[in-house]
Amino acid sequence: MSFNWFKYSAPMNFYPLAGKLVPIFWLLALTLTGFGLYWGFFQTPDVLSEQKQYYRIIFVHVAASWMGMWLYAMMVFWGLVGLVFNTKLSFMMAKATSVTGAFMATIALVSGAVWGKVSWGTWWDWDPRLTMSLILLFLYIGYMALQSAIDDPRRADKASAVLALVGLAIVPVIYYSVNCPNPNECASLHQESSFKGVESNILLSMLVTALGFWMYSFAVILMRVRNVILAREINTKWVSELSDTNQ
Amino acid sequence: MFKTFLMILKRDLKLALRRRSEIFTVLFFFIIVVSLFPLGVGYDEKTLQRIAPGVAWIAALLASMLALERLFLSDYADGTLEQMLLTPQPLSILVLAKMTAHWLLTGLPLVLVAPVVGILYHLEAKTVGTMMFMLLLGTPILSMIGAIGAALTLGLRGGGVLISLLILPLYIPVLVYGSGAISESTLQSGNIEPHVLLLSAFLLLSLIFSPWATASALKISLE
Repeated sequence: MSFNWFKYSAPMNFYPLAGKLVPIFWLLALTLTGFGLYWGFFQTPDVLSEQKQYYRIIFVHVAASWMGMWLYAMMVFWGLVGLVFNTKLSFMMAKATSVTGAFMATIALVSGAVWGKVSWGTWWDWDPRLTMSLILLFLYIGYMALQSAIDDPRRADKASAVLALVGLAIVPVIYYSVNCPNPNECASLHQESSFKGVESNILLSMLVTALGFWMYSFAVILMRVRNVILAREINTKWVSELSDTNQ
Repeated sequence: MFKTFLMILKRDLKLALRRRSEIFTVLFFFIIVVSLFPLGVGYDEKTLQRIAPGVAWIAALLASMLALERLFLSDYADGTLEQMLLTPQPLSILVLAKMTAHWLLTGLPLVLVAPVVGILYHLEAKTVGTMMFMLLLGTPILSMIGAIGAALTLGLRGGGVLISLLILPLYIPVLVYGSGAISESTLQSGNIEPHVLLLSAFLLLSLIFSPWATASALKISLE
């Protein structure tokens, strides 16, 4: 049996598929996030070590931070696929991903600031992880600025893909430099990853919420990519047929 | 290949030396930015000594960025760049030559003018020496990473501001280690070796990858 791997790389074929997938991802997103947050708010202990009720912000904060990072990797991945195979759709995916990624990075920063205010007593601290999330947001902003500054979509796509790749290549260096600004001594306020010590209920709701955020991102990215497809393919036959059948 | 490199380098230097004012613009921009800070934060000697490393480096980042837009622009405008793309020589070598020229015209003058910062900020001779050395190591990185941004934004409206948005976040490691080493050298027990090693590693890394990335960015921009 032969299977055409590239069938859905054509925007014409992908558009209806994305349309079918969007409601599924929305359903999954709402169920998982709803369940995760319910479990997190009502089925977890009231006090986590010294932190009182307000530690519950973790469920949103961690999920959003993870998404912010993962979506950057996904954006680079689509950009790379586009550069290698020269497929239009991959660039459109990268473009759609960048907005959701920037949104998630913003949520992570804002929820982190609120949490920092109640537990550290300050909205902001120049702690490595905080600094790194801020820089991640700057990288997203640079990507989107370049993307929107170029009128020709082909050049915009390729140029921003190269920028995202360069960004990814330098991220480890930046990460190391903000983590260890003075190589003679390294210290940080943000606690080390304490995954193993987490109570199982908290861990469960954290993971489920993160999964819900994934599904939400998929749903929104697919919706946005449908928009991008329509905007870019507006002069093709299948789009005009599509609008004819809808009338 | 080396001959091509030298040829482009000589050509770029010759062109730039015909318009010397551009070199001095960047240099005076650096000096003005550096001398504005004490007016803003006050003349306290201790404070000035503390902020000097960061101020010098941020002024250097901005000064180096100022000239980036022109890196490919005049060649792009008169069609030379397109001819360069058509030559059989690898584009990355040509690009590396242009980066070197950019550094010689904007980076090296900053290294030489660093003692002025030392006078304005009451720094000791030893600290000034470290500052010059770190600028010598770090400014080539600025030219090389900056060239990627210049190639990506070639010929765009508002290219200058856009470059800074794209490139400034990528300059962070240079800023951190460059100014870190200078601060370290003001301490009695300061050890700047790790900073120097890390910055050199970053320099080598960008030396390998940035000509290649810039060349592919140029190809995209000229398609």
